[in-house]
Amino acid sequence: MTTRYTKDHEWIRLDGDVATVGISDYAQSQLGDVVFVDLPAPGKTVEAGAEIAVVESVKAASEVYAPCGGEVVESNQAIADDPALVNRAAQTDGWFVKMKLSDKAELDALMDQAAYDAYLKTL
Amino acid sequence: MRYLGLTEADRREMLAVIGAPNIDALFRDVPAGALNPQLDLPPHQGELEVERAFAAMAKKNVSPMDVPFFLGAGAYRHHIPAAVDHLIQRSEFLTSYTPYQPEISQGTLQYLFEFQTQVSMITGMEVANASMYDGATAAAEAVLMAQRVTKKGKAVLSGGLHPHYRDTIATLMDQTDQPHVAAPTDLNGSEDLSALIDDQTACVVVQNPSVFGHLRDLSGLAKACQAKDALLVVAVAEVTSLGLVTPPGAMGADIVVAEGQGLGVPLSFGGPYVGLFATREKFVRQMPGRLCGETVDQDGRRGFVLTLSAREQHIRREKATSNICTNSGLCALAFTIHLSLLGEAGFTRLAEINHAKAVQLAEKVATLKGVEVIPDAFYNEFAVKLPKPAADVVEALVQKNILGGVPAARLFPGEPALHDVLLLAATETNSEGDMDALVAALKEVL
Amino acid sequence: MLNRQGRPTTPSQDADSAAAGTITGNRGLLMEEALIFEQGEDGRSGVDLPPAPQVKDRLGGLKRTGRIGLPGLSEPQVVRHFVRLSQKNYSIDAGLYPLGSCTMKHNPRLNEKMARLPGLGDLHPLQPVSTVQGALEVIDRLAGWLKTLTGMPAVAMSPAAGAHGELCGLMAIRAALKARGDVRKRILAPESAHGTNPATAALCGYTVDPIPATADGRVDLEALQAKLGPDVAALMLTNPNTCGLFERDIKKVADMVHAAGAFFYCDGANFNAIVGKVRPGDLGVDAMHINLHKTFSTPHGGGGPGSGPVVLSEALKDFVPVPYVVHGKNGFELVEGGDAKSFGRMKSFHGQMGMFIRALAYMMSHGGDGLKRVAEDSVLAANYVLATLKDVMSPSFEGPCMHEALFDDRFLKDTGVTTLDFAKAMIDEGYHPMTVYFPLVVHGAMLIEPTESESKDSLDMFVGTLRGLAQKAKQGDQAAWFQGAPRLTPRRRLDETRAARAPILRWKPGTNAPPAGKAAAE
Repeated sequence: MTTRYTKDHEWIRLDGDVATVGISDYAQSQLGDVVFVDLPAPGKTVEAGAEIAVVESVKAASEVYAPCGGEVVESNQAIADDPALVNRAAQTDGWFVKMKLSDKAELDALMDQAAYDAYLKTL
Repeated sequence: MRYLGLTEADRREMLAVIGAPNIDALFRDVPAGALNPQLDLPPHQGELEVERAFAAMAKKNVSPMDVPFFLGAGAYRHHIPAAVDHLIQRSEFLTSYTPYQPEISQGTLQYLFEFQTQVSMITGMEVANASMYDGATAAAEAVLMAQRVTKKGKAVLSGGLHPHYRDTIATLMDQTDQPHVAAPTDLNGSEDLSALIDDQTACVVVQNPSVFGHLRDLSGLAKACQAKDALLVVAVAEVTSLGLVTPPGAMGADIVVAEGQGLGVPLSFGGPYVGLFATREKFVRQMPGRLCGETVDQDGRRGFVLTLSAREQHIRREKATSNICTNSGLCALAFTIHLSLLGEAGFTRLAEINHAKAVQLAEKVATLKGVEVIPDAFYNEFAVKLPKPAADVVEALVQKNILGGVPAARLFPGEPALHDVLLLAATETNSEGDMDALVAALKEVL
Repeated sequence: MLNRQGRPTTPSQDADSAAAGTITGNRGLLMEEALIFEQGEDGRSGVDLPPAPQVKDRLGGLKRTGRIGLPGLSEPQVVRHFVRLSQKNYSIDAGLYPLGSCTMKHNPRLNEKMARLPGLGDLHPLQPVSTVQGALEVIDRLAGWLKTLTGMPAVAMSPAAGAHGELCGLMAIRAALKARGDVRKRILAPESAHGTNPATAALCGYTVDPIPATADGRVDLEALQAKLGPDVAALMLTNPNTCGLFERDIKKVADMVHAAGAFFYCDGANFNAIVGKVRPGDLGVDAMHINLHKTFSTPHGGGGPGSGPVVLSEALKDFVPVPYVVHGKNGFELVEGGDAKSFGRMKSFHGQMGMFIRALAYMMSHGGDGLKRVAEDSVLAANYVLATLKDVMSPSFEGPCMHEALFDDRFLKDTGVTTLDFAKAMIDEGYHPMTVYFPLVVHGAMLIEPTESESKDSLDMFVGTLRGLAQKAKQGDQAAWFQGAPRLTPRRRLDETRAARAPILRWKPGTNAPPAGKAAAE
């Protein structure tokens, strides 16, 4: 169950057939206090790189892109009710969606933890 | 030059500090040949000379203050209490910028919060924004918002909609080739729009009272919209009507837009005015324009800030809900002060007077031979059918020093059937003497 | 507790908090003021109106039944309310207002007086044109000034603000493209553009392609060339640009854009730097809006109203919105429809007449000679600020600048003080902060536009204050002090997170927080 990252600071973690997607701790710290999230309805099918959610802070808004293609099976109601959860637990309880991936091989194109850490150092 | 802060000595000294030999050295990036063009413009003038020039231009106009006056059609003459203009000219309101630094803008922010509350109350809606440019642009923004909310494209435009509103909406929608269906012009107030609403319809835009004055119960239309998941957008071109008439919110409107000029804002030949924009709370993140919200400061005291800014262009850029930045803040202030002065009792009374004056006027002109008052139910304005072209009648009335309404042809030039139609408005500013003068003059020119 | 933007998330117990300790919550001249809805009583009014004439109503059964809920107040109560509110605002009349890209210059009161003249301020827009010849003359004369100052052959007068002008310009461009059977899908705009540029482009159905800047803050010509193509409708470029710099390759930029069959839209927000000094028409511009509420001194009014006429080149001059004024046989005429090349209508009626009068009064007061001085003095003042602050703050680019000086937050590195904290500390010193965090292309941006209105004494005082604050920040260990600013204002930093998470956008009986004074008194 390794976590992989995109350059847009989404993380994805596959557990069995279902992958969990969220934004990285770095992303939440850059956004500041999250005030609103707009989540997709379950059933929505997206390609890798397509917009699946929007996250807003007081002074910024940012799209969340699907790290891999697939079908959304669940959205995290907890962050819709309490957006601050994204700040408190971006990479655990503050996840955005769960997805059934259409092609697990797409994961291989993403960064692992070490690569992402190195990437952050370049920013 | 009285508005400039620097003296010649200051300029020399500052250039020396900067290390520039002359002022044009600071413009060194301007392409050769483009700097300091010869301009054929007159030299500077004192206040007195400028005042004289404007007085001369003002004199070439006929002031509505000086003659019996019955124009409306989207802009209405009302008496503005003296306190309104005094207060909006206070330096701290007049010469401040958008309240981006809330600690030193609480005055602006609090009145915007009060404005939003007043607009919500009088329209019968849950939330309102901090203003748009005018009623027509607010209507166009409402259509775009309805498209975002419903994720559908088509707009159905009532045949009773003011042509300026209709054209402003159509012009904006044409940019992205969005479909809009304008119903036939509805002189008699009898249109049924439900047949035009289909599964692709994002919204229906209807004006109440209509441009011809018809007041209608829109609850049936609201149900027809609901059945097709379309939004009902109600435009109110004369805001004082809301003092007397059932508000659009109570008839099932999803978005209410209005021209707020009738409260606190002078006619000023068509602008600046103030657009009102109100809707349901659940659509708030799809709203255009600025919103002011309540919060607390570091010491726990109540205060106000601009909020939900992530919808707006300075943050969301190409994904913003609108491109609007500068809105109509000072006109919103005038509106808020005027409505605060009126209060519930005054606002209701003002609307009652407007309506009663219009009823009186309608009764008087209906006595003229060949003149037919078209709407049965109206507020302070109504269309009348004349026995000859209304534009000619209005010109003849000018010769008799009367500004006698708006010929429908001015707004609907392509519709010969409307050339005999005249729009007449009466407000609290019209005396019975004015009305009698109009009727007597009409008798002569018809 | 401050969040990352330096805004509090919980009330502080800060010892230096300005909590009043008075019974009323007032602090001398700083009065607490409840919402208008928390005052007044039923049945009262600040306006005396006669009873309505007795008639049988013709409302068709649509008479309002319930109460609206508006409070009733006397005139003195209302006057006091709004005067107290006004005292919580900063204003250009009270002090230097260095908001970059906003041009907060002096707003002459003569303009206000002219806009209220009987026979101008009280005209109805649909009066017969024979009765408004003087009003049409105002529009025509203002149009003449704008055309002369920009060297452009036509101007669309009706847009209500800058962003509305951008919309008008892109509509004209789209109409011109359509007229030659050319459908184009992309708009190019620099990364440093005002947010209104991409927002407007999107409103017109275009995708927006950002153009990077060079190290010296100008458009990267190579990148521009690479992005140009047969699907590009226009380049939107601000000049002087949002970094306060003149685009020195602007003619080349215009040529490249035209060679690709596209149009050059110039965002005229910064026209104050070049008015009377440089004509955009000489630089290859096809369309440019002019913010009358910036360059031509009409008041900002707490966020509007503005006015944004758009000057148009030979190639675009036929593609205008209605209405417009023409010279006819019997004087001025208004074309309100029936023009096949017109792309439509932007708003009700004829434009922001009240702003036209003010702007024309300003132009006539300054004359051609004075307007050139406006540009020179505004550029001089900004360069003076740049020169006198460059050793203690960090200018983002080599000078000279145009009418605004751009700094970034490198000088605050390792101090723990942010751009926002620095700005808030200026407030306690009696200054409105400069524009912060814009443009987005430099880190922690501070964009200072002093305008030509300031005297040298005023500029020296301002520079001295900023030097003092910069030096204080660099002393070290000052982060907490800066984060606590402002302390002397009607309100301290406001909790924007709370406002956005659970928005309260209106007053409702019994649901809003009590005003500060009441809480203290109870």
